[in-house]
Amino acid sequence: MFMFANLRALRRTGLCALVAALTAGTAIATEITYVSGADEIGVTEFKEMVRPWEEATGNTVTMVPMPASTTDQFSQYRLWLAAGNSDIDVYRTDVIWAPQLAEQFVDLSDAAADVIGDHFPSIIESQTVDGRLVAMPLYTNAPALFYRKDLLEKYDLPLPKTWEELTETAKIIQDGERAEGNADMWGFVWQGNAYEGLTCNALEWVKSYGGGQIVEADGTISVNNPKAIEAINMAKSWVGTISPEGVLAHGSEESRGIWQIGNAVFMRNWSYAYALGNDADSPIKGKFEVSPLPTGAGSDVSAATLGGWNAAVSKYSKHQEEAISLVKFLASAEVQKVRALAKSQLPTLISLYDDPEIAEAQPIIPRWKSIFLEAVPRPSAPTKANYNEVSSDFWSAVHSSLSGDGSVEENFEILEVDLEDLKGNGW
Amino acid sequence: MSQTTNTHHEINQALKVEGPNLQQQRARAAYGFLAPMLITLFCVAAWPLMRTIYFSFTDTSLTNLYDGSWVGFDNYLTMRQLSSGRIIWRGVLADPDWWNAVWNTVRFAVISVSLETVFGLMVALVLNENFKGRGFVRAAVLVPWAIPTIVSARMWGWMFNDQFGIINDLLLNMHLIDHKIAWTASIDTAMISVLIVDVWKTTPFMALLCLAGLQMIPRDIYEAAKVDGVHPIKVFFRITLPLVRPALMVAVIFRMLDALRIFDLIYVLTPNSKATKTMSVLSRENLFDFDKFAYGSAQSTLLFTITALFVIAYVWLGKVDLSGKGAGR
Repeated sequence: MFMFANLRALRRTGLCALVAALTAGTAIATEITYVSGADEIGVTEFKEMVRPWEEATGNTVTMVPMPASTTDQFSQYRLWLAAGNSDIDVYRTDVIWAPQLAEQFVDLSDAAADVIGDHFPSIIESQTVDGRLVAMPLYTNAPALFYRKDLLEKYDLPLPKTWEELTETAKIIQDGERAEGNADMWGFVWQGNAYEGLTCNALEWVKSYGGGQIVEADGTISVNNPKAIEAINMAKSWVGTISPEGVLAHGSEESRGIWQIGNAVFMRNWSYAYALGNDADSPIKGKFEVSPLPTGAGSDVSAATLGGWNAAVSKYSKHQEEAISLVKFLASAEVQKVRALAKSQLPTLISLYDDPEIAEAQPIIPRWKSIFLEAVPRPSAPTKANYNEVSSDFWSAVHSSLSGDGSVEENFEILEVDLEDLKGNGW
Repeated sequence: MSQTTNTHHEINQALKVEGPNLQQQRARAAYGFLAPMLITLFCVAAWPLMRTIYFSFTDTSLTNLYDGSWVGFDNYLTMRQLSSGRIIWRGVLADPDWWNAVWNTVRFAVISVSLETVFGLMVALVLNENFKGRGFVRAAVLVPWAIPTIVSARMWGWMFNDQFGIINDLLLNMHLIDHKIAWTASIDTAMISVLIVDVWKTTPFMALLCLAGLQMIPRDIYEAAKVDGVHPIKVFFRITLPLVRPALMVAVIFRMLDALRIFDLIYVLTPNSKATKTMSVLSRENLFDFDKFAYGSAQSTLLFTITALFVIAYVWLGKVDLSGKGAGR
């Protein structure tokens, strides 16, 4: 389905390029192609969003939609970039991609020099590789703990502060609700499928237990330690008890599916689930709240994986100037505010967190600032081009452990060796 | 009279001279007609294959396709001595993930092709009988085969969903299971799910090929058997099966080739699950997701070799006639 839409869009682009070539010299508008994975902003909403830019510059933007999975998008983009594809001008990139694709994108540091200071420094840093600004941030993301406040009130239980409390609370409410007839009730849903999302989930458990962040900023491999193992063992105890066994095949949308029909007490998910959960036809509208993710045993750190999306200009684009102008527009306060108001997508511009209009329409956003300040980056910067494999090794080891294919201790020992091999004499 | 003889002589003479030339001309013309296809085949099959094999002996990366240097068999197998003096083996042939993928692929291919052959033959036997609406049924069984794999994999993915899926719902309501099964998530059932979908999808194809074989069996043999009062089961094993065998063997080769390179179904239904990751899925991951283009090329080359060996062994052991000369038997 996506593929067809994609082909059609590409063909259309090709046709436009042809028309453009034939009529060159008559000062015609440029068509910029923007490729983006499916997100909350649909094709029509995107058209609406870029209209001011189109009107101001006389150029047009075509959006090529891609599948939602970041892993699928990455391999397709890498292929296009390796082939020097000039059909795509602007790519929407994941926060972790910058070091891997840096060579293929245009340096934006000069073009964006006037606005860089307005964004969160940590985000700008994540998109800077060897002094080159590879992409401009569009919106950021951090997960939170979604909880059903009506159920906590019903059972007169406090909001859990640690993972242990969460396990207990989830069990009590799940059993209580099941006894009352909702056999499909679950305590806690999260993302356990073997993909990038599991790396995020597991990194949060490990980090909040004080077990480091897989590979530290200086490149040391820290993952095989007792605290990390304890954290994964805790998650293992959830599968089949407070979380359905199928959680090991869930991505964020599967989690939201269970959560939004009212069949889960707690959910770990990204901020987008907040606006959707409060949609007019949502059964749980107004019944839930969010808080930072719990802390681990004895440690008082809460950890949330830093997510978010950026826009980069392809080195092979034939319209780099226009493309850069579009990227700057997409990263501007104007567009970020539209995203925040419509879809609770978190701005990367610090000033928008104090914007009264946003605070009124999406009260969640100012509150997300505290979650965001505790955000932990995935080890994409220290592991450079190897990040995908590091992440895949990590999520495979965690997935095997959770599904009972070897103990956590065994799997993490092998993981450590694998990562050391990958590292060799340096990342 | 003499003039006629003369003319005959001349014609004979002319034919004798022209004979080989005509033959040569025809051969030349044939090559001319074949050339476009040969060139196309070379461009889309032979050249990429040779390039992949070449890449597997270099250290090429996807971001730098033209600057790889020759590294010999390092991607396949290499010995490294660690500073501690320990010797370790690296490369595809020493990679447990690779052997896991090989095992998954072979297991998948053997089980799925066996099941599809048995079911396909059964369906073909039914469709070979005369009954009302046979034409419609023959067309209808092909529906699963006609649906694109990606679509059917997505469709089954939803049906297998542990919480909302119809399969768990049906089984629960029939009291066949007492709790919801996480079909695609659990390592015990992931391969079973993939097999179910593949058998569902490909049995019609097998049935069609078997049906073609069945229809070539002369009816009078069955009539003779009927007159002699031979038991139907004996008829099947003594008459039908031996006579349909050549068609069946070719059908199995097609399916085997297809099954050994299975990618799309698994990539959509159970991506990244260790229990179902096949050779193609693993090599794609190395080629594009990871920064290991040459390593992935080595895996692709081995995949090609393994598939080729399988077919050669099968043709040799099964004495399959691929020349087409025995087709009329």
